[in-house]
Amino acid sequence: MDYLSLFVSFKLAVVTTSLLMILAAPLAYFLAYARFPGKSLLEAMLNLPLALPPTVLGFYLLVMMGPMGMGGRMWESLGGGPLLFTFTGIVVAALVYSMPFAIQPMKAAFEKIDRRLMENAYVLGLSRLKTFIRVIIPNSLNGIAAAAILVFLHSMGAFGVLLMVGGSIPGETKVASIAIYEAVETMKYTEAALMSLCFIPVSYGFLLLMNRLNRD
Amino acid sequence: MALQVVLKKKLEYIDIDVSFSCEADSLLVLIGPSGGGKSSIIRMMSGLDKPDAGSIVCNGKTWYDSESRIFLPPQKRRLGYVFQDYTLFPHLSLYENAAFAAVDKKEVDRLMEFFGIGHLREQRPHKVSGGERQRCAICQALAREPQLLLLDEPFSALDVITRRVLREELKHLKQKLSYPFVYVTHDIGEALFLADEILPVVDGKIDKGWMQRTITREPSAGLSPKATREPRLSLVY
Repeated sequence: MDYLSLFVSFKLAVVTTSLLMILAAPLAYFLAYARFPGKSLLEAMLNLPLALPPTVLGFYLLVMMGPMGMGGRMWESLGGGPLLFTFTGIVVAALVYSMPFAIQPMKAAFEKIDRRLMENAYVLGLSRLKTFIRVIIPNSLNGIAAAAILVFLHSMGAFGVLLMVGGSIPGETKVASIAIYEAVETMKYTEAALMSLCFIPVSYGFLLLMNRLNRD
Repeated sequence: MALQVVLKKKLEYIDIDVSFSCEADSLLVLIGPSGGGKSSIIRMMSGLDKPDAGSIVCNGKTWYDSESRIFLPPQKRRLGYVFQDYTLFPHLSLYENAAFAAVDKKEVDRLMEFFGIGHLREQRPHKVSGGERQRCAICQALAREPQLLLLDEPFSALDVITRRVLREELKHLKQKLSYPFVYVTHDIGEALFLADEILPVVDGKIDKGWMQRTITREPSAGLSPKATREPRLSLVY
């Protein structure tokens, strides 16, 4: 069994989930409460990865993250080195790919908070940022946890996008889903079955947890 | 005057246009029918809503002045605001709620004892009664050591007996504090019991005759027209 690719998948899911929770929380807050022209355009753009075929998204990311692409050049000018076919590159791809799964549950949780709680925090002297940290986040923990679970599972199972951007470099960009695909291609069905089996308890356990969170 | 207010705002159904002032030791009641603009007035006083024009001066400090374009956000107005209900933070205990913006934590214990909720300090808001929640909300507002206390129908969601007890506690408390209270209600009995000054607000304007008309028309309020002429009642404009 290809433990290394399982490890890369797990590492990718942990890094993506951690980064996305920090990046998506202010975006979700902004989308939940701000009113501005073009809000629905921005929201639809952030949700585009939900609707696009992963290979199409992967193709555009490949172009943008390449040495001639805007993202790739920006990253290199910051001293980040190449993005394509690196672990950093698949993290960026997974961030974009899983963004809607982080934003939607968090936004829904933020919108559910009674506005009077926020107003009470303001009259008690809290700034918007402190209200976000001390009132909104603690009262949206279920939504944030649901977002984290969805992002983690989605990143663990990503295939097309990662293959386009990262290829299949063992220990770097070869994740478990790619290893399973390659095992099937080379007729190693037992290995593919064992690796696939690893996903079942993880996914099932997290979904049970999410059901419980939704009930609370 | 500790508080001077001039407010104008165009709302969807009414235009608010009021002007009033209040002494430091006064409890001013804004009374009037629902939808008359009472809550909008105290929301503007708190800074949660912005008036179209006017001014608000509290203890000599300008909180709002449309001419000089001063508008302090709620965070910078040192005030307490007690809402109708459901504004305690559900993830915090009653003590943590009361101490949320406290200047002096020791004062929080004293306030909780005064309001008879000292024994509930570790309870979450949803585990206690509506009356206890509102007592805690008053503690939370007072612990900030405000220069003005705004109360927006704070007891309207409570049963009659609890409401009566809380009114008495509030009146007792007011005697100990030397900053103005502005209290919104549509209950004439409550207004007459609590108020040092009464300001009837109807359709966004001050309507001097509203109380008299309402009491005369609705004897079920349990008050004779004579009650409105009691010395405690002094209309302010």
